[in-house]
Amino acid sequence: MISRVSSIAFNTFREAVRDRVLYNLILFAVLISGSALLLGQISIEIERLFLINMGLTAISLFGVVIAIFIGIALVSKEIDKRTLYAILSRPVRRWEFILGKYLGLVGTLTVNAGLMAFGFFAALLYLSQRSYQGFQKADAHILVALYFILLQFVLITALALLFSSFSSPILSAVLSFALFVVGTFAEDIRAAAIMAGGTVGQMLKTIAYLVPNLGSLNVVASVAHGEPVSGALVWHNTLYVVLYSAAVILLAVLIFDRRNFK
Amino acid sequence: MRHSWKRTLVCSLLLAACLYGSARELRTVQAMRPTARIEEVLYISSPDFVRRMSLGYSGLAADIYWTRAVQYFGRKHIFRSNRYDLLDPLLRLATDLDPKLVVGYHFGSVFLAQKPPHGAGEPYKAIELVKRGIERNPREWQLWVDLAFIHYMELNDFVAAAHALEQGSTIPGAHQFLKTTAAAMAQRGGDRETARKLWSYTLETTKDPLIRENAVKHLRALEVDDVVPQLETLVRNFHQRSSVQPRSFAELVAAGWLRRIPVDPLGRPYKLMADGRVEVADPDPLPFITKGLPPGREPSIFDEHGARALREKSKDDPGTKKLFHH
Repeated sequence: MISRVSSIAFNTFREAVRDRVLYNLILFAVLISGSALLLGQISIEIERLFLINMGLTAISLFGVVIAIFIGIALVSKEIDKRTLYAILSRPVRRWEFILGKYLGLVGTLTVNAGLMAFGFFAALLYLSQRSYQGFQKADAHILVALYFILLQFVLITALALLFSSFSSPILSAVLSFALFVVGTFAEDIRAAAIMAGGTVGQMLKTIAYLVPNLGSLNVVASVAHGEPVSGALVWHNTLYVVLYSAAVILLAVLIFDRRNFK
Repeated sequence: MRHSWKRTLVCSLLLAACLYGSARELRTVQAMRPTARIEEVLYISSPDFVRRMSLGYSGLAADIYWTRAVQYFGRKHIFRSNRYDLLDPLLRLATDLDPKLVVGYHFGSVFLAQKPPHGAGEPYKAIELVKRGIERNPREWQLWVDLAFIHYMELNDFVAAAHALEQGSTIPGAHQFLKTTAAAMAQRGGDRETARKLWSYTLETTKDPLIRENAVKHLRALEVDDVVPQLETLVRNFHQRSSVQPRSFAELVAAGWLRRIPVDPLGRPYKLMADGRVEVADPDPLPFITKGLPPGREPSIFDEHGARALREKSKDDPGTKKLFHH
């Protein structure tokens, strides 16, 4: 079972690389080196802050865009190319196919984010050495922000895969992006639920729990100021993402299991 | 194969020609249009709205608004503007989007507080900004210094300035300078020594070259304002003792009244005038001085020399050139 899932995951990763997904790294490199070199000329004393904010935001947004645009085509592309039939005619269960695809894309995003993080830390080191500071102890908190960004990818990929399992790529993209946007407002929806009260409040509360809570996974602004992230938040966010993604993948498996490909 | 190579070459040349032509046309169009007033418009003024639009990446949005505030201030400052209408809203947006953006409170308050054309001339808004910063960053003792600076330099309120420094000195890790300066301020009010301490502090604590240069110029001006009256007193005393009006400092050196010819902070010898007054050799590179000026020349709060240099430096930028033209 594990070998079947890992084979599908590896092939998904290879396909993504073949699709030139990693080309986004060039744009990222231009953005990072540009902001590291030029911002000092047009602003005052925020080169480091800007580089951290810019770098982490770019890693996050590039990853989300890749997760959505690759994720929505994971299943539909296999159906269009009729390769799905060849796969499912072999001793591969449908849930193994979904799980393999999911892990393959998460792996792609992790490698992509890892390479971006490498470039980002190189730029940060360059900037730090220019100001004779070197890496600071507080820079370790950036790793937590990067981990949270990976958790974000895990969630978004699961959602994109869910929509891909039953709808067209365009609709899947719209729905995934809409959920990403709504997910960043999840805390606002919860606050609105408290204010509204009654049935409307209850409905809003339900929605707030159903949509992915992406707000708590964004600690970019605070780590940019060298503020630590509590261990409890890391633990609870991890648990939340694992459980939420598992639920979404299970739903995708359920839907995919019932689809008739004849 | 040969044909394909030729086609690539022709296409590349055409591409380069088209790009060059479009850039030239754009420059022509820009020169024809009246100066764009885009910087005077703030389309979105609600931090909450910007925060939501930024999908949670409010730190980056704050950095962008802070950079915009710096650019806005810089442009207005170069052209000696008396109006900085967007400065306060831009600073408010930047600091509301990132309440920990200490640099925004620190420099933003300086931009807001100083009298036009040096700044927006809004010391009370500057005080509001710094107080918001203190509330949001209670461990940043430097913000109390900024508050004291505004009270002292712009409002001449020495009691409030001393109180701010006193408050700041209670924060763990605060510089010893706060306590001593607070005491000096409370005791003597607006003397030059206190001003020197404040500008020295600014010089020590900032890395920005423009702000450092400004502090250096103020320190130089304080030195000139100290030295010129001393030299004039010396000349008067010499005249009283010897009944001879010295014509140059060399005479005072020869008589043993001075060890060497006195020079200003830029290393240029002071000029001794026939009536016993002392003047600096060239007042242009010594802005903010109130002593040693030639007759008829008023003390200036504006660094005209520095602004001219900045204008010269920015003449290559077509946008800036256009603004000059208008």
